[in-house]
Amino acid sequence: MSALAEHHLWLLIALVAVVTAVIKAFGPVVLGGRPLPVSATKVLVLLPAVVLAALVATSALADGSTWQVDASTVGVAVGGVLLWQRRPMLLAVVVAVVVTAVLRAVG
Amino acid sequence: MLPADRSSLRRGVRLGLPFSAVAFLLSSSFGVVAVQAGFSPLQAVVMSALVNAGAAQFASTAIVAAGGGLVPGVLAATLMNARFLAMGAALAPSLPGRPLHRAVQGQANVDPSWAVANNGDGTFDRWVLFGASAPQYVGWVTGTLAGALGGDLLGDTDRLGLDAIYPTFFLALLIGELRRPASRVVALAGALIALALVPFVPPGVPILVAATAALVGLAR
Repeated sequence: MSALAEHHLWLLIALVAVVTAVIKAFGPVVLGGRPLPVSATKVLVLLPAVVLAALVATSALADGSTWQVDASTVGVAVGGVLLWQRRPMLLAVVVAVVVTAVLRAVG
Repeated sequence: MLPADRSSLRRGVRLGLPFSAVAFLLSSSFGVVAVQAGFSPLQAVVMSALVNAGAAQFASTAIVAAGGGLVPGVLAATLMNARFLAMGAALAPSLPGRPLHRAVQGQANVDPSWAVANNGDGTFDRWVLFGASAPQYVGWVTGTLAGALGGDLLGDTDRLGLDAIYPTFFLALLIGELRRPASRVVALAGALIALALVPFVPPGVPILVAATAALVGLAR
């Protein structure tokens, strides 16, 4: 169950939509052909890796406020090995799902 | 539209079609996850139609599902989207017209399209960008609808392993980033900071705090 009421979810959707549109428009509108300040670029290029790593770690190794290793951790790890070997994302996703489901079925 | 533009548009659509299949699968799992997090199917579809940014949608929904609040949810989506600042800056010289016109064209910026529209010489073919984004948008919205409506029919989706989809999607994007060695240490630091905070702070906050690790970029 969500901790957010229905009208809060609509607000979340609206805010995420506006923020996304503004961010996507920012470069083309404000910068035109000028480059970003060097210092901003240095932080921005690292931001996706950091946020993604934090998201992967917390979604694969934790559940809410507790650390948790389960079948999906193994499935995601196997998917990760395939991705590292430059296999297609679709294949990695399907294998992660199948490994997770099989482990849960036998476990 | 010039004939060359029309041919670029067609090439973009061709290049976008395989990504459209991936978009459909991912957004199906987004629809399932969103409904489990308390979204109505309508809310899930509206979010995909208006936001059209997978990582941001998954991130904010994951935080809501974990019991996080509105502000962490929006902030997490904002951080996931921060990469579009850099991508949009690169795209900017290739999008002509008045500011509003450029703003609208910038909305077609999604990761696979940005990559295939890149001419490799600092310029982008905007018609390839638009062409590649169109089928992905269709796949993204229809997949969300299928997942949001079909999730209930599947029953316990955890039993089917569907909860492994979105961490794997994040991992796919992450591994793309980790091919640049400069990102590796800071990514590891972000993961450790987030995990260390999980037991002590509300859901969503660990990711926001971990994001500050990117500030080490200023020291480089």
